[in-house]
Amino acid sequence: MRLEPVADPGLVRLIGLPALALAGMVGVASVLAMLAGANPFAVLGLIVQGAAGSKFAALETLNRATPLIFTGLAVAVAFRAKLWNIGAEAQLYAGALMTVLIGTQLGLPGTLALPLMAGAAILTGGLVLLGPVLLKVRLGVDEVVTTLLFNFIMLLFVSMLLEGPLKDPMGMGWPKSEALPRDARLPRIVDGLRLHWGFGLALISAVLVWVIQVRTTLGYEIRAVGQNPQAARFAGIPVGRVMVKTALLSGGLAAMAGFSEVAGLKGSLTLDLSPGFGYTGIVVAMLALLHPLGVVVSAIFVAGVFVGANSMSRAAEVPTYIADISVATALLFMVLAILLTRFRVVRG
Amino acid sequence: MGTREVVLRLEGITKRFGKLAANDDVGFALHRGEVLALLGENGAGKTTLMNILFGHYTADAGIVEVFGKALPPGAPGAALAAGVGMVHQHFTLAGNLTVLENILLGTRPLFGLGLGRAAARARVEQLSRDFGLSVHPDAKVRSLSVGERQRVEILKALYREARILILDEPTAVLTPQESDALFATLKKAVALGLSIIFISHKLHEVMAVSDRVVVLRHGKVAGEVATADTDRHRLAELMVGAEVALPHPAPGRAGETLMELRDVSTPSEGNRTGLRRVSLALRAGQITGLAGVSGNGQGALADLVSGLIAPASGALLVAGAAVGGWNPRAALDAGVGRIPEDRHATGSIADFTLTENAVLEGYARAPFARAGWMDWRRARGHAEAIIAKYDIRCPGPEARIRLLSGGNMQKLILGRALEAGPKIILANQPVRGLDIGALTYVQECLIAARDAGAAVLLISEDLDEIRVLSDVIHVISAGRLSPPFARGSKTVAELGVWMAGQGFADAA
Repeated sequence: MRLEPVADPGLVRLIGLPALALAGMVGVASVLAMLAGANPFAVLGLIVQGAAGSKFAALETLNRATPLIFTGLAVAVAFRAKLWNIGAEAQLYAGALMTVLIGTQLGLPGTLALPLMAGAAILTGGLVLLGPVLLKVRLGVDEVVTTLLFNFIMLLFVSMLLEGPLKDPMGMGWPKSEALPRDARLPRIVDGLRLHWGFGLALISAVLVWVIQVRTTLGYEIRAVGQNPQAARFAGIPVGRVMVKTALLSGGLAAMAGFSEVAGLKGSLTLDLSPGFGYTGIVVAMLALLHPLGVVVSAIFVAGVFVGANSMSRAAEVPTYIADISVATALLFMVLAILLTRFRVVRG
Repeated sequence: MGTREVVLRLEGITKRFGKLAANDDVGFALHRGEVLALLGENGAGKTTLMNILFGHYTADAGIVEVFGKALPPGAPGAALAAGVGMVHQHFTLAGNLTVLENILLGTRPLFGLGLGRAAARARVEQLSRDFGLSVHPDAKVRSLSVGERQRVEILKALYREARILILDEPTAVLTPQESDALFATLKKAVALGLSIIFISHKLHEVMAVSDRVVVLRHGKVAGEVATADTDRHRLAELMVGAEVALPHPAPGRAGETLMELRDVSTPSEGNRTGLRRVSLALRAGQITGLAGVSGNGQGALADLVSGLIAPASGALLVAGAAVGGWNPRAALDAGVGRIPEDRHATGSIADFTLTENAVLEGYARAPFARAGWMDWRRARGHAEAIIAKYDIRCPGPEARIRLLSGGNMQKLILGRALEAGPKIILANQPVRGLDIGALTYVQECLIAARDAGAAVLLISEDLDEIRVLSDVIHVISAGRLSPPFARGSKTVAELGVWMAGQGFADAA
């Protein structure tokens, strides 16, 4: 069996195949539900209801999507330049750390503290990715390895700080930072509803990234370097410098996830701040075909599956792992579907 | 000859890639003890046909018969097992192994004990004597010249008892003298009863070595003739479907020196030859041709002129002044227009549109960008102007460049370079793989640029092209540059001697 490129996939393939991929995901989830001894239709219904069945559920989904939009954008930006940033998790914690440091240690008023927290988070996140990227550009060290390992370094570093200097004296011994003062937190978008401005910032970021990609010389450079670094270098594009700029942008976006989770939702830093948002960001970005606006849609979809499965599991006694498997199969089927829109399978 | 045994027969081979028919009802027969030349331009379908023969592709229709037995389609290895050996353009040898080890590679059972080296060595030595393929069995392949490596490839096929040899463009990497030695080997091989398919697009070689010629054009058999009954002109007509008109440019009028290399050396990297104390003057209104066997430092010189590398020692002068911080951007700013050797890997970005590719070198400046913001309307206008002026056949400026044929892609790269008004033009293999129409057009553009006062450096492996177009010829060999030879002052044979590395001051 071989693959032959398809010049013009046609509308049927472009829409039909991704739809088929989603159907495949639903099919796998149904089988799993049956294996767990539940009625698959009931389980699917409960997932949809839990994700979007009420105002509360929908807002919960959007809240959960917020960090995923940031990490998804971070990954999408980096992957465009073929910079394999697997370390969004580390950059997220770096951002969260700066947010807590500035918010709790400087005692600034909120109007001053919030922009400073965000700015410092972005800068630190960018710097965390800068190290691996410089190693890649200067010495050819594989960034997949370095960025991945940085996740563990950062998590252990944060753990050390939370057990030591940053430990909340009033925290009953839990490894938890002091809470941010009330005025150093992101306000809610609508009073009384549990959706904070981090979501708004995420949407704005997605639009900004999109504008950068299609309208600016930097976006053009990033795409050129990603698609053909040899031709880019030949044409006079400073490949190393573009990589560094991409790193600062990508790391900064991932750090915004940490800022928004701490300042918008949790109020303090703990070691379970991120249940792997950095890694899930890779799935989100891939599902969106690295398109910044697509990231918003796919982040909400992935968040919906997780939130919906959580609520379903309480009602139907089916384990929440069904969400992990669903998202994973969705990604695999989607990747396959995308492949099949571009290539045709030929026997022989 | 017609009564001789048919050893290989292709019949009705058809292979389509989308709308393009790479092979359309191709058929011919190879007889025992003959050299059959398969002649055709790049893209005529020669490579596709060989891939079908070797089972890498499955034909949509048609049969392949070797020694009277049909080969199963799409089974790589079937042709090898049936006694067909192939010598590829790009050698498939392991440099860190010896000649003998390379020949034995893949012929031994995976878990056998001992290699039977002594017996194998005796056979290899016997084969080299019989076929005039002198090469030392214990030499490391890394240390061999290109010509010697090719002999190893042929020995490899013979050792596997190939009765049919297929040579794909075997002379592309050889000096004229080495080619003659190869032809002598081929004569010996057919005298010993082997049959040979010789793939080429060089007419004089086909005339020199073959018994019969099959000409492919646009995937179809355009003609089949006995070599004795034809001549170069007839073959050329069959090959391109029209009388070939090589340009005969009037000699250029040399002006001032626009770029100069003084004693420039660059390091060799891996198997890439660096430059050794090269001095060269590129003068306005002149085409300077660089002849040489590929891999003798052409790459390093091209990289130097296009800004990818800087001299390790010696001086590079542009308009009389030494350059500092030499890189691709600096080269573009100094007025160097570049046509790279590999238009796919270096010259363009496949998934970018024509518009995006048209501004690849100028995207960062007005009028295409202002303060970091792209002006895509202007960029598209620029692409449209190039498309119109250089007659690029394409769906439009927003089409991805990967959809274009090689010739049209090359025209875009040419247009991109020339529209920037370069004073110095580097043309590295500018017409390789182009059909005759595009080829003539590109050459005419270079001549026109020369006449407008540009200094052109033309690098080509095609000696005929160099001799026709160049006002001055340098030969490069092992990183050393010959003195300049004026147009018409050296014969092919004399240039061949220089290409083989003789005549240089530090001959070593």
